Amino acid sequence: MTEDVVPVMRIGDTLLVALQGDLDDTTVIRIEDQLTREIARSAATGMLIDVSRLSVVDSFIARVLARIVAMVRLLGAQAAVVGIQPAVAITLVELGVPMGHLDTALNAEQGLALLERLRRGDTGTGRP
Amino acid sequence: MTVEAVTGREPAVFDIVDESDLIRVRKVLRTEAEATGLNLVDTTKLITAGSELARNILNYATGRRGRVSIEQVSRQGRRGVQATFCDDGPGIDDVDLAMTDGFSTRGSMGLGLPGARRLVDDMTLTSAAGRGTTVVIVKWQR
Repeated sequence: MTEDVVPVMRIGDTLLVALQGDLDDTTVIRIEDQLTREIARSAATGMLIDVSRLSVVDSFIARVLARIVAMVRLLGAQAAVVGIQPAVAITLVELGVPMGHLDTALNAEQGLALLERLRRGDTGTGRP
Repeated sequence: MTVEAVTGREPAVFDIVDESDLIRVRKVLRTEAEATGLNLVDTTKLITAGSELARNILNYATGRRGRVSIEQVSRQGRRGVQATFCDDGPGIDDVDLAMTDGFSTRGSMGLGLPGARRLVDDMTLTSAAGRGTTVVIVKWQR
Protein backbone atom coordinates (compact mmCIF):
# COMPACT_ATOMS: atom_id res chain seq x y z
CA MET A 1 0.00 0.00 0.00
CA THR A 2 1.32 3.40 -0.90
CA GLU A 3 1.94 5.57 2.09
CA ASP A 4 0.43 9.02 2.35
CA VAL A 5 2.63 11.88 1.26
CA VAL A 6 0.50 14.85 2.32
CA PRO A 7 -1.75 15.38 5.34
CA VAL A 8 -5.41 15.75 4.40
CA MET A 9 -7.83 17.62 6.66
CA ARG A 10 -11.54 17.16 6.59
CA ILE A 11 -13.90 20.12 7.11
CA GLY A 12 -17.48 18.87 6.90
CA ASP A 13 -17.85 17.28 3.47
CA THR A 14 -14.69 18.87 2.12
CA LEU A 15 -11.14 17.59 2.09
CA LEU A 16 -8.44 20.23 2.43
CA VAL A 17 -4.91 19.51 1.36
CA ALA A 18 -2.05 21.98 1.58
CA LEU A 19 0.95 21.45 -0.69
CA GLN A 20 4.29 22.84 0.34
CA GLY A 21 8.00 22.67 -0.24
CA ASP A 22 9.87 22.12 -3.47
CA LEU A 23 8.06 19.16 -4.99
CA ASP A 24 9.86 16.72 -7.23
CA ASP A 25 7.95 14.92 -9.98
CA THR A 26 7.70 11.62 -8.12
CA THR A 27 6.20 13.31 -5.07
CA VAL A 28 3.69 15.16 -7.27
CA ILE A 29 2.56 11.88 -8.83
CA ARG A 30 2.29 10.24 -5.41
CA ILE A 31 0.17 13.15 -4.18
CA GLU A 32 -2.09 12.67 -7.20
CA ASP A 33 -2.51 8.96 -6.37
CA GLN A 34 -3.16 9.67 -2.71
CA LEU A 35 -5.77 12.37 -3.32
CA THR A 36 -7.65 10.27 -5.85
CA ARG A 37 -7.81 7.37 -3.39
CA GLU A 38 -8.71 9.72 -0.55
CA ILE A 39 -11.72 11.25 -2.33
CA ALA A 40 -13.06 7.80 -3.22
CA ARG A 41 -12.53 6.41 0.27
CA SER A 42 -13.91 9.36 2.20
CA ALA A 43 -16.92 9.97 -0.04
CA ALA A 44 -16.29 13.68 0.48
CA THR A 45 -18.15 15.92 -1.94
CA GLY A 46 -15.40 18.47 -2.36
CA MET A 47 -11.66 19.01 -2.28
CA LEU A 48 -9.62 22.16 -1.89
CA ILE A 49 -6.00 22.05 -2.93
CA ASP A 50 -4.13 24.88 -1.22
CA VAL A 51 -0.99 25.87 -3.14
CA SER A 52 -0.27 29.10 -1.24
CA ARG A 53 2.99 27.66 0.04
CA LEU A 54 4.28 26.65 -3.37
CA SER A 55 6.66 29.36 -4.58
CA VAL A 56 7.12 27.66 -7.95
CA VAL A 57 4.57 25.81 -10.08
CA ASP A 58 6.05 24.68 -13.38
CA SER A 59 4.13 23.17 -16.31
CA PHE A 60 4.44 19.64 -14.91
CA ILE A 61 2.99 20.49 -11.49
CA ALA A 62 0.28 22.60 -13.14
CA ARG A 63 -0.67 19.73 -15.43
CA VAL A 64 -0.94 17.29 -12.53
CA LEU A 65 -3.05 19.78 -10.54
CA ALA A 66 -5.46 20.01 -13.49
CA ARG A 67 -5.52 16.21 -13.69
CA ILE A 68 -6.34 15.87 -9.99
CA VAL A 69 -9.25 18.30 -10.35
CA ALA A 70 -10.53 16.36 -13.38
CA MET A 71 -10.33 13.05 -11.52
CA VAL A 72 -12.09 14.41 -8.46
CA ARG A 73 -14.92 15.53 -10.75
CA LEU A 74 -15.10 12.09 -12.36
CA LEU A 75 -15.52 10.67 -8.88
CA GLY A 76 -18.57 12.87 -8.41
CA ALA A 77 -17.08 15.59 -6.23
CA GLN A 78 -16.02 19.19 -6.82
CA ALA A 79 -12.46 20.45 -6.56
CA ALA A 80 -10.80 23.82 -6.57
CA VAL A 81 -7.23 25.09 -6.40
CA VAL A 82 -6.82 27.88 -3.87
CA GLY A 83 -4.12 30.33 -2.87
CA ILE A 84 -2.06 30.57 -6.07
CA GLN A 85 0.70 33.09 -5.35
CA PRO A 86 0.48 36.21 -7.55
CA ALA A 87 4.01 35.65 -8.91
CA VAL A 88 3.10 32.04 -9.73
CA ALA A 89 -0.11 33.14 -11.48
CA ILE A 90 1.78 35.66 -13.63
CA THR A 91 4.38 33.03 -14.49
CA LEU A 92 1.82 30.35 -15.43
CA VAL A 93 -0.03 32.74 -17.74
CA GLU A 94 3.19 33.73 -19.54
CA LEU A 95 4.35 30.13 -19.68
CA GLY A 96 1.09 29.39 -21.48
CA VAL A 97 -0.22 26.61 -19.24
CA PRO A 98 -3.96 26.36 -19.84
CA MET A 99 -5.53 26.71 -16.38
CA GLY A 100 -8.63 28.68 -17.35
CA HIS A 101 -10.94 25.70 -16.90
CA LEU A 102 -9.84 25.17 -13.31
CA ASP A 103 -12.00 26.43 -10.49
CA THR A 104 -9.81 28.62 -8.32
CA ALA A 105 -10.22 30.89 -5.31
CA LEU A 106 -8.03 33.37 -3.51
CA ASN A 107 -7.89 31.40 -0.26
CA ALA A 108 -9.37 28.39 1.52
CA GLU A 109 -12.30 30.36 2.95
CA GLN A 110 -13.40 31.61 -0.46
CA GLY A 111 -12.69 28.14 -1.80
CA LEU A 112 -15.21 26.62 0.62
CA ALA A 113 -17.82 29.13 -0.55
CA LEU A 114 -16.98 28.32 -4.18
CA LEU A 115 -17.39 24.57 -3.58
CA GLU A 116 -20.74 25.25 -1.93
CA ARG A 117 -21.91 27.11 -5.04
CA LEU A 118 -20.59 24.34 -7.31
CA ARG A 119 -22.42 21.70 -5.28
CA ARG A 120 -25.64 23.65 -5.76
CA GLY A 121 -24.89 23.82 -9.47
CA ASP A 122 -24.74 27.59 -9.23
CA THR A 123 -21.67 28.66 -11.15
CA GLY A 124 -22.38 32.34 -10.55
CA THR A 125 -18.94 33.25 -11.83
CA GLY A 126 -19.94 34.07 -15.37
CA ARG A 127 -18.65 30.70 -16.48
CA PRO A 128 -20.78 28.49 -18.74
CA MET B 1 26.61 43.97 -26.26
CA THR B 2 28.86 41.82 -24.21
CA VAL B 3 27.72 39.89 -21.22
CA GLU B 4 30.38 39.59 -18.57
CA ALA B 5 30.68 37.20 -15.70
CA VAL B 6 30.61 38.84 -12.31
CA THR B 7 34.16 38.47 -11.10
CA GLY B 8 34.95 36.74 -7.87
CA ARG B 9 32.07 34.34 -8.19
CA GLU B 10 32.41 30.85 -9.54
CA PRO B 11 29.55 29.58 -11.69
CA ALA B 12 27.63 26.67 -10.20
CA VAL B 13 28.11 23.77 -12.60
CA PHE B 14 26.51 20.38 -12.23
CA ASP B 15 25.09 17.45 -14.15
CA ILE B 16 21.39 16.94 -14.70
CA VAL B 17 20.79 13.21 -14.52
CA ASP B 18 17.61 12.74 -12.54
CA GLU B 19 14.69 14.71 -11.20
CA SER B 20 16.42 15.56 -7.92
CA ASP B 21 18.67 17.76 -10.08
CA LEU B 22 15.59 19.71 -11.12
CA ILE B 23 15.14 20.69 -7.50
CA ARG B 24 18.79 21.66 -7.37
CA VAL B 25 18.45 23.83 -10.49
CA ARG B 26 15.51 25.66 -8.89
CA LYS B 27 17.38 26.08 -5.61
CA VAL B 28 20.58 27.47 -7.17
CA LEU B 29 18.58 29.79 -9.47
CA ARG B 30 16.70 31.12 -6.44
CA THR B 31 19.93 31.74 -4.52
CA GLU B 32 21.55 33.58 -7.43
CA ALA B 33 18.39 35.53 -8.30
CA GLU B 34 18.06 36.74 -4.72
CA ALA B 35 21.77 37.61 -4.54
CA THR B 36 21.41 39.58 -7.80
CA GLY B 37 18.41 41.47 -6.50
CA LEU B 38 15.78 40.22 -8.94
CA ASN B 39 12.26 40.91 -7.71
CA LEU B 40 9.90 38.12 -6.70
CA VAL B 41 8.05 37.86 -10.03
CA ASP B 42 11.29 37.80 -12.05
CA THR B 43 12.79 35.27 -9.65
CA THR B 44 9.74 33.03 -10.03
CA LYS B 45 9.84 33.34 -13.83
CA LEU B 46 13.56 32.51 -13.97
CA ILE B 47 13.20 29.46 -11.71
CA THR B 48 10.22 28.20 -13.71
CA ALA B 49 12.05 28.65 -17.03
CA GLY B 50 15.04 26.77 -15.61
CA SER B 51 12.81 23.98 -14.39
CA GLU B 52 11.28 23.60 -17.87
CA LEU B 53 14.68 23.52 -19.60
CA ALA B 54 16.14 21.05 -17.09
CA ARG B 55 13.14 18.80 -17.62
CA ASN B 56 13.67 19.04 -21.39
CA ILE B 57 17.10 17.50 -20.84
CA LEU B 58 15.64 14.62 -18.82
CA ASN B 59 12.98 14.07 -21.49
CA TYR B 60 14.94 14.50 -24.72
CA ALA B 61 18.69 14.29 -24.28
CA THR B 62 20.56 11.12 -25.11
CA GLY B 63 20.98 9.13 -21.92
CA ARG B 64 18.61 11.65 -20.35
CA ARG B 65 21.53 13.66 -19.08
CA GLY B 66 23.05 17.05 -19.54
CA ARG B 67 24.80 19.81 -17.71
CA VAL B 68 23.88 23.21 -16.34
CA SER B 69 25.98 26.21 -15.45
CA ILE B 70 24.47 29.06 -13.45
CA GLU B 71 26.18 32.37 -12.78
CA GLN B 72 25.69 36.04 -12.12
CA VAL B 73 26.50 38.24 -15.11
CA SER B 74 26.54 41.92 -15.91
CA ARG B 75 26.00 44.02 -19.01
CA GLN B 76 26.56 47.74 -19.02
CA GLY B 77 26.40 47.86 -15.27
CA ARG B 78 23.16 45.91 -15.08
CA ARG B 79 23.24 42.62 -13.26
CA GLY B 80 21.49 39.43 -14.10
CA VAL B 81 21.49 35.68 -13.74
CA GLN B 82 22.51 33.46 -16.64
CA ALA B 83 21.89 29.74 -16.92
CA THR B 84 23.34 27.55 -19.65
CA PHE B 85 21.80 24.14 -20.29
CA CYS B 86 23.61 21.76 -22.61
CA ASP B 87 23.30 18.17 -23.66
CA ASP B 88 24.76 15.79 -26.23
CA GLY B 89 21.32 14.73 -27.34
CA PRO B 90 20.02 14.19 -30.86
CA GLY B 91 19.85 17.94 -31.36
CA ILE B 92 16.93 19.80 -32.83
CA ASP B 93 16.35 19.57 -36.59
CA ASP B 94 14.21 22.63 -36.88
CA VAL B 95 14.89 25.19 -34.16
CA ASP B 96 12.12 27.55 -35.35
CA LEU B 97 9.59 24.73 -35.19
CA ALA B 98 10.75 23.69 -31.71
CA MET B 99 10.22 27.25 -30.55
CA THR B 100 6.60 27.18 -31.72
CA ASP B 101 3.86 26.95 -29.10
CA GLY B 102 2.20 23.59 -29.12
CA PHE B 103 4.87 21.78 -31.11
CA SER B 104 6.03 18.59 -29.44
CA THR B 105 7.54 15.32 -30.56
CA ARG B 106 6.50 13.69 -27.32
CA GLY B 107 2.79 14.27 -26.94
CA SER B 108 3.35 16.92 -24.29
CA MET B 109 1.84 20.37 -24.46
CA GLY B 110 4.92 21.64 -26.27
CA LEU B 111 5.33 24.61 -23.97
CA GLY B 112 8.89 23.97 -22.79
CA LEU B 113 10.99 26.07 -25.15
CA PRO B 114 8.54 28.80 -26.23
CA GLY B 115 7.22 29.02 -22.68
CA ALA B 116 10.70 29.38 -21.21
CA ARG B 117 11.53 32.08 -23.78
CA ARG B 118 8.56 34.18 -22.67
CA LEU B 119 9.69 33.99 -19.04
CA VAL B 120 13.21 35.33 -19.51
CA ASP B 121 14.78 38.44 -21.06
CA ASP B 122 17.27 36.71 -23.37
CA MET B 123 17.29 33.20 -24.70
CA THR B 124 19.55 31.70 -27.32
CA LEU B 125 19.33 28.17 -28.59
CA THR B 126 22.14 26.52 -30.49
CA SER B 127 21.58 23.11 -31.94
CA ALA B 128 22.20 20.88 -34.90
CA ALA B 129 21.02 17.38 -35.62
CA GLY B 130 23.41 14.96 -33.93
CA ARG B 131 25.39 17.65 -32.15
CA GLY B 132 23.39 18.31 -29.02
CA THR B 133 21.62 21.41 -27.83
CA THR B 134 22.71 24.41 -25.80
CA VAL B 135 20.19 26.85 -24.39
CA VAL B 136 21.33 30.03 -22.65
CA ILE B 137 18.83 32.14 -20.70
CA VAL B 138 19.34 35.43 -18.88
CA LYS B 139 17.07 37.37 -16.56
CA TRP B 140 18.14 40.95 -15.89
CA GLN B 141 17.60 43.08 -12.83
CA ARG B 142 14.98 45.82 -13.39
